[in-house]
Amino acid sequence: MTDIVLSASDLTKRYGSFTAVDGISFDVREGECFGFLGPNGAGKTTTMRMITNHVPVTEGSLTVLGMEVMANAREVKSRIGVVPQDNNLDTDLRVLENLLVYSRYHAIDRKTALERAGELLGFFQLGEHAQSPIDRLSGGMQRRLLIVRGLINEPELLILDEPTTGLDPQARHVIWQKLRALKSQGVTLVLSTHYMEEAERLCDRLVILDHGRILVEGSPKELIEKHAGSDVVEIRLEEGESAGDCMKVLDGQVPDKTVAECSADTLYLYAPDGGKILDQIPIDSGRTVLRRRATLEDVFLRLTGRELRE
Amino acid sequence: MREAAGPRQPVTAGRAFRMVPDITRRAFTVWFRDAKVWATFYKASLIGDLGEPLLYLVAMGWGLGKLVGTVDGVPFIEFLAPGLVCSTAMYAATFECTFGAFTRMTRQKTYDAILASPLSLDEIVAGEVLWGGTKGFFSGGAMILVMALFGFAGSPLALLGLPLAFLIGLLFACLSMIVTAKAPSYDFFSYYFTLGIAPMFLFSGVFFPIQTLPQWGRTLAWFLPLTHGVNVSRAIFTGTVDLVTAADLAWLLVFSAGAFLVSVRAIRKRLVM
Repeated sequence: MTDIVLSASDLTKRYGSFTAVDGISFDVREGECFGFLGPNGAGKTTTMRMITNHVPVTEGSLTVLGMEVMANAREVKSRIGVVPQDNNLDTDLRVLENLLVYSRYHAIDRKTALERAGELLGFFQLGEHAQSPIDRLSGGMQRRLLIVRGLINEPELLILDEPTTGLDPQARHVIWQKLRALKSQGVTLVLSTHYMEEAERLCDRLVILDHGRILVEGSPKELIEKHAGSDVVEIRLEEGESAGDCMKVLDGQVPDKTVAECSADTLYLYAPDGGKILDQIPIDSGRTVLRRRATLEDVFLRLTGRELRE
Repeated sequence: MREAAGPRQPVTAGRAFRMVPDITRRAFTVWFRDAKVWATFYKASLIGDLGEPLLYLVAMGWGLGKLVGTVDGVPFIEFLAPGLVCSTAMYAATFECTFGAFTRMTRQKTYDAILASPLSLDEIVAGEVLWGGTKGFFSGGAMILVMALFGFAGSPLALLGLPLAFLIGLLFACLSMIVTAKAPSYDFFSYYFTLGIAPMFLFSGVFFPIQTLPQWGRTLAWFLPLTHGVNVSRAIFTGTVDLVTAADLAWLLVFSAGAFLVSVRAIRKRLVM
C-alpha cells in the first residue's frame, strides 16, 4: 500500500512579482502523516490552500487522489477534508447545526449526517455540546469541531493547517492523540505546523520549507541525524567573550564532525558525542553549559537561520 | 461522501475566470444555510424590514394624503402602497447582501468554509442572491398582506406582487453583491445607501408620478431599476397590466441577469487570488 495520494511537481504560486511557493515537488503516500514545517511566511499555508483549491496554482502540477486539482475541483473537494488555520465555524449556527449544514454542502443525506455527526462528536469529546452556540466553546473545542467538520464527508485525505496553533498544552495533546487515532484508522494526514514537537510526534515524513522552497525532506529521525547529529552542547558565552575565545577553552579537543554555530550569547556545538566536549570544560569554570539530545528544532534553526520572522 | 461516478468535470471547471458561471443546484444549500439562520431571528428581521415602510404608509399615506388628495385618480395612500411593496423588497435584499453578505465573506469567513466543500464560489454568490430575493419576497409579501388588510389589494392580480417582490429582491441582491465585492469596510455601504439606494427610493415614482419630473429627470429615472419595479407593481395593483408593463418587466429581468454576471465576476476578483 504505497499509493501516492497527493503529488506536487514544480508547484509554484506567484502573487504579482512575489513568489510565495517556488517550484516545490513532493509525494504523500497513502496512510502516512506528512508535514510541512517552516517559519512564518515560508509558503505552508499557500501550499495547503492550493491543495484545497482555495488558491489557484500559478505553475506546475498538483494532483490529489490522481486528479489534477484545478480541473477537478468538485471531485477533489468531495474526497478530502479541510481543517483551516483560521476558525471559520459558522457562528450563526449551533454545533450540530454547523455539521448538518456542512453535510448539505457535501450532499450527504440528513440521516447519514446525523449518524456521522453523533459518532464524530463523541469521538472528539464534544458529545455534550451538540446544542451549544459556537462562541460558548473553548479554543480547543472549536478546533476539535473544525476537525469533526473536516471529517464529516469521510475523507481519504485530511488537510490540517496548523491544527494546534494557539492552544494550551492539554488541548494540544488531545488533538495529537485524536490525529494519531485517525491515522491508525487509515486516514492520510497532511499538516502544516511551526511546532517542532508536533512534527516530531505526528509526522512520518516532512519537508522543511523556507522562502517558498523545500530545504530538506525526510523522517524526523533521519533529518535530525543528518543535520544536527545526536548531541547538542550549548555554552553561554561570558561577557565580552567571542565564540573564537570560547572555542580556545575547548582547546581544539572537539570530536570529529562537530559543527559549531554562534548566535548572540550562545555557542551551539552539534556533535556525535557531547560528553567529550563537556570533559574539556573545567568544572570550576562557572560557565552555563547544557548538553541535550538534538531535536527537530535544531535542524529547523540550522536550516532556516535564527533571525526573527515577523 | 463519495460522489457517484459521473462524468469528469470539464477541465475549465474551477478556473478563476471562466465566462459562464459554474453553477449547479448545490447553490440551494447556501440558500438553505441563510434560511436556517434567518428562521432563528425571523421576527426581529421582519419587524425591521416591514416597520419602516409601514410607518411611511401611515404617515405619508394618511397624513400627507389628506393634503394631496388623489394622484392619477386614486387616493394618495393607494397610490403609495404598491411603490412601498417594491422599496421594502429593495431594502430587505440590499441589507442582506451588503452588511449580511459582507460579514459572512470577511469576518465570519463563511465563504471560505463553504469553498472547502464541493461548492464553487459562483454557487455561493447564486445562493446568496437567491436568499436576497427570498428576503425581498418575505418583506414585500408582508407589505402586500398589510395592503390587503387596508383593503387596497382586493384583486387576485395582487398575488403577482409576490413574484415581483422576489424579482426586485433578486435584482438588488445582485447589485449589492457587486458593492460588497468592492467594499473595503462596512463604511463603504453608507456611500451606497446615500448615493444609490436613497435617491432610488425617492425618485423612482414611489411617492409621486415620474411624469411630474422634467424630461431630463424622467430620463434619469428610466435608468433606475426601482422605477420599473414600481411601474409593474402599480399596474398589478390597479389592474392596468399592458404591453408597457411587459417592457418594464423585461427591463428588470435583463438588468438582473446582467447584474448577476457582474456580481459573480466581482466576487471572484475579490476572493480568487
